[in-house]
Amino acid sequence: MSTTQITPTPSGVGTSARRVDGIPKVTGTYAYASDLDAENSLWAYTVRSPYASARIKGIDVSAARRAPGVAAVLVAADIPGRKTFGLEFCDQPVLADDVVRYAGEPVAVVAAESLEEARQAASAIVVDYEPLTPVTDMEAALRPDSPRVHDFGNVLRHVHILHGDVDSPEAEVWVDGYYETGTQDQAALGPEAGLAVPGSDGGIDLYVATQWLHVDRQQIAPCLDLPEEKVRITLAGVGGAFGSREDVHMQIHASALALKTGRPVRMSYGREESFNGHVHRHPSRTWIRFGATRDGRLLAADVRLLLDGGAYASSSPAVISNASTFAPGPYEVPNVRVEGTVVYTNNPPCGAMRGFGAPQVCFAYESAMDVLATKLGIDPIELRLRNALHTGSVLPTGQVITGTAPVREVIERCVAIPMPAPEPAAGRDAISYPGGAGNVSRGESLRRGVGFAVGYKNIAYSEGFDDAAEATVTLRPTPDGPVASVRTAAVEYGQGLYTVLAQIVRTELDVEDVAVEPATTMENGSAGSTSASRQSTMSGGAVLGACAEIKRELASGPLEEPITRTYTYHHRATTELDDQGQGAPHVSFGFAAERAVVEVDEELGLVRVLQIAAVQDVGRVMNPQGATGQVEGGTAQGLGLAVLEELDLKDGIIRNASFTDYLIPTILDVPPIVTEFVEEPEPDAPYGLKGIGEMATVVATAAIVAALRDATGRTLNRAPATPEDLAGLRPPATTTGPAPVPDVPGQKAIPEYLGLGLGQQELMKARGR
Amino acid sequence: MDARRPEGRGLLIHTTVNGLDCEADVWPGASLLALLRDELGLAGSKNACEQGECGSCSAWLDGELVCACLVPAVQADGAAVRTVESLGDGRRLHAVQDAFLAAGAVQCGFCTPGMVVAAVDLLERNPAPSDEAIREALAGNLCRCTGYQKILDAVHVAAAELS
Repeated sequence: MSTTQITPTPSGVGTSARRVDGIPKVTGTYAYASDLDAENSLWAYTVRSPYASARIKGIDVSAARRAPGVAAVLVAADIPGRKTFGLEFCDQPVLADDVVRYAGEPVAVVAAESLEEARQAASAIVVDYEPLTPVTDMEAALRPDSPRVHDFGNVLRHVHILHGDVDSPEAEVWVDGYYETGTQDQAALGPEAGLAVPGSDGGIDLYVATQWLHVDRQQIAPCLDLPEEKVRITLAGVGGAFGSREDVHMQIHASALALKTGRPVRMSYGREESFNGHVHRHPSRTWIRFGATRDGRLLAADVRLLLDGGAYASSSPAVISNASTFAPGPYEVPNVRVEGTVVYTNNPPCGAMRGFGAPQVCFAYESAMDVLATKLGIDPIELRLRNALHTGSVLPTGQVITGTAPVREVIERCVAIPMPAPEPAAGRDAISYPGGAGNVSRGESLRRGVGFAVGYKNIAYSEGFDDAAEATVTLRPTPDGPVASVRTAAVEYGQGLYTVLAQIVRTELDVEDVAVEPATTMENGSAGSTSASRQSTMSGGAVLGACAEIKRELASGPLEEPITRTYTYHHRATTELDDQGQGAPHVSFGFAAERAVVEVDEELGLVRVLQIAAVQDVGRVMNPQGATGQVEGGTAQGLGLAVLEELDLKDGIIRNASFTDYLIPTILDVPPIVTEFVEEPEPDAPYGLKGIGEMATVVATAAIVAALRDATGRTLNRAPATPEDLAGLRPPATTTGPAPVPDVPGQKAIPEYLGLGLGQQELMKARGR
Repeated sequence: MDARRPEGRGLLIHTTVNGLDCEADVWPGASLLALLRDELGLAGSKNACEQGECGSCSAWLDGELVCACLVPAVQADGAAVRTVESLGDGRRLHAVQDAFLAAGAVQCGFCTPGMVVAAVDLLERNPAPSDEAIREALAGNLCRCTGYQKILDAVHVAAAELS
C-alpha cells in the first residue's frame, strides 16, 4: 500500500472527514492481502483434518512431493522452531502432529507453482487417521467420563464472581431463565491471506492482513526459529476482521514455506477454508436468576454461564472473564454470583468476535429482564430505568464506575425515537413482505412486534493488561506550508481509525495535509490490537500525545526543520480478579440501547426487521459519519445472530461453510437504522472519546429477538431464532439445570497452573509492556 | 501469460477488457475472475466466495452484469469485458465512486468495487431508483461492515449527481 495523502479540506476532529484510504478502495486499487504477488512466487495450500478428533498414525507426502509444480511439502516435523503457537497459551500446533483436535485443523502445507497444482498435490497427501470419539457438547465436556480434548482435561478457565448474598432474603419476586446462542462467524469478506518473502539475511518479510502486527511477530518468530527482528511484518490491506484476525492463520505456514523454498509464497484462503481457518464467536448457554422487590428493584443475580471454546485456547480465557463480569447487565445489583466456564471441545476453536462475550450474556440478561418485567407488571423500560448503572455504581466485581455511565440517557433517548409508520398488510410490493418476494402469503398472518435491549462492554484490555500504544507524528515544513505524517503499527481494517488519527493531527497541529504511513514492525513499536473498542482511545491518545510534544517544540520558534515525536499512551492500570472475582478489571465502559421493530409472518416463520432505533454512549463523536457507520454495521451483525447466522456443526464438522449456506444479512435484510449519540466526555480519555465498535452488536441481537417474542408470543430462548422457532415447529431450548461448577485451583486459565507455554499476549503482559 | 509456464496451460483466450485487446493462456477450469486477477493483473474485482453469492467480483460481460467467479474464462473469448478499473478517467472518480466516499459507504472496502459496479449498472438502467429498487439491485452484493445504510445513501447521491 502506498502512503495515503489527504486532500486539503477542513476536516478535523468532530467532522465527517472523508476516509484517508477511500480513493484506492472505490477504484479497486487498494492492495488487500489476497491481491499481493511477487516475482517468482509460489502458491500455498493447506491440508486440513476431516475429523474432529483423531490420532494421526502416519502421513505419506511422497506422491505430493513428486506432483507437478510442487516446490515443498511441510508436515509438523518440518516446522523449524517451536511447534505450537497461541494468543494466550501456546496450545495450538502449527501443524498437527500426533492428534487432530478439530475438523479443519491444518496437518500439512504445500507450495507449488500455481494454486491448482498446490491443491492437486494436497489431495495426493495420504493421512492415516484413527478416528476418536469427539467431544462436541459443552456440557458433556464437563462430565467426568468425557473424552479429554487435552491431556489435562476439558476446563479451559472458570471464573467465579461472588458479591453479597445471592439468596438475598429481601427479594420478593424471582425469575429463572435459560438462554442459548449459536456459533457465529465473523465472515469478513476479505479472506485470510498474505505474502511471505524470504530475506537475504535468512529472515522473512511478511505482508499480511491481521489485527496486531507485533503479537503476530511474537508468535511467528519462535516457530520459525528466528529472532524477532528477522520477522518483518507489514500490514497488507485488510478486508474486514471483527476479531477473526486476532489469531495467527496462514502466517507461519507461508513463512515456513518461503524459508524452505527460498521463494516468495502467496496464500489466500477460499471461503470454505476461511470458515474452517479462523476462530468463531463462542456459542453459549446461560442460566440466569434475578431476584427483585415488588416495586422492581433488582436485589440479586445468580448466573451460570458456559461457553464452548473449541479445541484450542485462543482468547477464550479473556472472553469468559468479560462475559462473566457483564453477566447481570448494566444494572445495579447488590448481590451477585457468576460462575462462568469456558471448556475445550473438539468443535472449531472460538475466540474474538465483535462484542467478545458481551453479546451472549446481553441476550440472557435482557431476555430475563423482560420476563421479570412481565412478572412484576412493570413496564420493561421503566424496570430498566429503575436499576440502571450510573457513575459511582458498584459492579459485581466490586469495581466502582468512575467514568461516565449514561445508561438512563441511552434508554430514554432510544425510546423517544419515532416509531416507523404502520403499513397495510395487503396490497404491498411483494419485496416488502417478510422473506421478500419469495413469500407465498400476502400479508394474511403478519404480526408486528417491538423489542428493546440495553447493554454494555469494556473498552480496551482488562485484568491488569497494559495494552499500550505507540505512535510517531512528524511535522515538516514545505514551500506550500507544513505537512504532517503519522507512523503507527496500528491496524486499520475498515472502521476508519487512520481517518480519526489524521483528524486529530489536523486539529492539533492546524495542518490539512496528513499522511498515514504503512504499518510495519520495523518502524514502529506496538500499537496493541485493533480490537476491544480500544484503538481510537489508545492510538488516538498516542497521536494526541505526540502532537502535544510537537506543539511544545513549536512554542519556542517557527517550524524550520521537521519535528518528529514518538509517544506511548497507556490507559490507567486495571487489576486481576481475586479469588472471589473481586477487583477493578476494566478501564472504562461503553453503553448502548436499541429498540427493534419487526414484522413476522407467523405461518411461515419469516421475519422482516422494520426499524432499529439505536442510541450509543460514545463520550465524544470524532467523526459522525464514521460513528454512525460503526453502529449500523455492528447492528447488522447483531441482526445476523438474531435471525440468520449460525454455524451448523454436526460431530464437530461445519456443514454450512459457504455464503450459500451461512447467510449474512443482505441489503434486503437490514432495515433503516436511526442512530443517535449520547456525548458525555469520558474523564482521562483523549477528547473524552469512548471506543464505539462493539456496543451495537452487543445489544442488537437481544433487541431483535425481544421484538420477535412480542410479535409471536413465543419463548424464543435461543439465538438465532429460526423460521421453525417462529412458526412454533421447534420447541424452546431446554435444560436439565445449570451445568455443575468444575473444581479448579483458582481464577486463572488452567494451562497457566500447569505451566504450559504462555502465549504471546501473556508474555507481553509479563514483560510489563 | 505466465512466464514460468512457457508450454501454456491449454486455452488461449482473446478478449477485450476495458477497451484493450488482451490475450491470455489459461487453465481450462479458470474463471473470468481468475483471468482478470491472475493473468491480466486487474485485482479490482475481488474473490470472496467463488460461488456467486457475494458480488465482490461484479463485472460486465458484453454489457451484462455478471459474477466473474461464475463465468468460465473461455466464455470471455471474443467478448467485451468491463471492470471497476474502467470507471472514472484516472484523474476523476466516477460519480458513483465519489458518492460512496461522500456518503461514507466504504469501510474495509473489500465489497466496494463490486458494489460500485452493481450500482453503476443499476443507474445505467434506472437513473432514479427508489429505495426498494436499490435494495433489489444490490441484494446480490454482500457487505459485512456497513449495514448498507450508507450504500443506499450513496446510490441516491450518485443518482442526483448524474441526473
